[in-house]
Amino acid sequence: MVDHWTSWLELVRASLTTVVTPVIVAADFPAKTLEYLSVATSTRKALIQEITRLDQTHLLLRAQTQKMRALTAENNRLRILLGSAEKSQDNVVVAELIGIDPDPKTHEVIIDKGAVNGTFIGQSILDAQGLMGQVISVSRYTSRVLLISDPSHSVPVQVARSNLRLVAQGSGATSHLNLMFVQNSADILAGDLLISSGLGGRFPAGYPVAIVNKFESQLGNPFAFVTAVPSALLDRGRYVLLVFTEDNQYSPSEKFYDKNLD
Amino acid sequence: MSSQLIIASTFLLAMILSVVSLPQSAPIEVAYVRPEWITLVLIYWVIALPKRIGMRIAWIIGMLTDVLLGSLLGQHALIYMLVAYISYTLYQRLRMMSIWQQSLFVFVIILLSQILNFWAVRITGVVEWTSWYFLPSVISSLMWPWIFMSLRSVRRRFNVI
Repeated sequence: MVDHWTSWLELVRASLTTVVTPVIVAADFPAKTLEYLSVATSTRKALIQEITRLDQTHLLLRAQTQKMRALTAENNRLRILLGSAEKSQDNVVVAELIGIDPDPKTHEVIIDKGAVNGTFIGQSILDAQGLMGQVISVSRYTSRVLLISDPSHSVPVQVARSNLRLVAQGSGATSHLNLMFVQNSADILAGDLLISSGLGGRFPAGYPVAIVNKFESQLGNPFAFVTAVPSALLDRGRYVLLVFTEDNQYSPSEKFYDKNLD
Repeated sequence: MSSQLIIASTFLLAMILSVVSLPQSAPIEVAYVRPEWITLVLIYWVIALPKRIGMRIAWIIGMLTDVLLGSLLGQHALIYMLVAYISYTLYQRLRMMSIWQQSLFVFVIILLSQILNFWAVRITGVVEWTSWYFLPSVISSLMWPWIFMSLRSVRRRFNVI
């Protein structure tokens, strides 16, 4: 109970987690071995094809980045002209997923970056497609990530098309998120992209979160029933990205912010 | 080899088995089939060596389990202490029982710990009760004879007393 209402035991938990890190690594060993074996036993031809494909993707992404850099610079110049704050670039670090919570009710994963890598509580986690979750506890070499699909997790989002601000709550299933408090007359359609709005200061703004797949206005009910499919591959993939934003540096005051409240 | 090391390594193995990741293609309900490895091993050692494995060890194992599973600190510690306490008070009777009667005892104990776990999570978060919560106790009680026999052979092989 003390652990739930206060943050006094955060340090105890961090050091004890460091103690059990070998167990987590050992438990991950079969999956890792399987992955290694599948690479080791694939044929030379398949590998060459894979490399060619990756090269092409790399080239494409490089080209897009060139344009992106120019656009970012232009955008910032325009922002300065408008007198609003300059948007900073986010740095990302690749982390590997080494553990999954065995309880299917909680959507938590363990990644192989911890305090020694500068991870902090509240840090955002992405994958290649979109927002995945946030760090909720950090030990020396590992940290625990709460996914956006956990029922106790909510993320502030906005509709990319109409800039409508909403809150997306986890549903307990990785297949969809529930959008809370959407008015029946809200400007939202199936197929709309939801991006993180950056409100609340926890998640950086502008990352894709989910795509709306169902909008049902309910007569006699003040709010509509809206669900969205998360863009990130929450239950697949082994590699995730840790976001280090320049303007959202780690501050001790928000270190023990209650994870259930945002 | 020192007997502490043997006991510690069985607990370590149980911990690894309770967090080892399942294939991601498996349906989500498969997660409920996982037996409560740590509780089973704890019950065995309390029955076998009640003078050495008691509530203190149960508390330590419970704290480590809590950080391993990311549950509230003390949640599993408290439950394992209760399990150890019940097993300790009944160990003389349990040794007399046949292995299937012991399985029944294990079923009740694990069901109790599942319910207590559910309460602790229920108070602090959002979970719904499903009948799936009964499954770990069924599976664990079915696993008990094998756990019991393998741990007994380990104990005799390495002469742990």
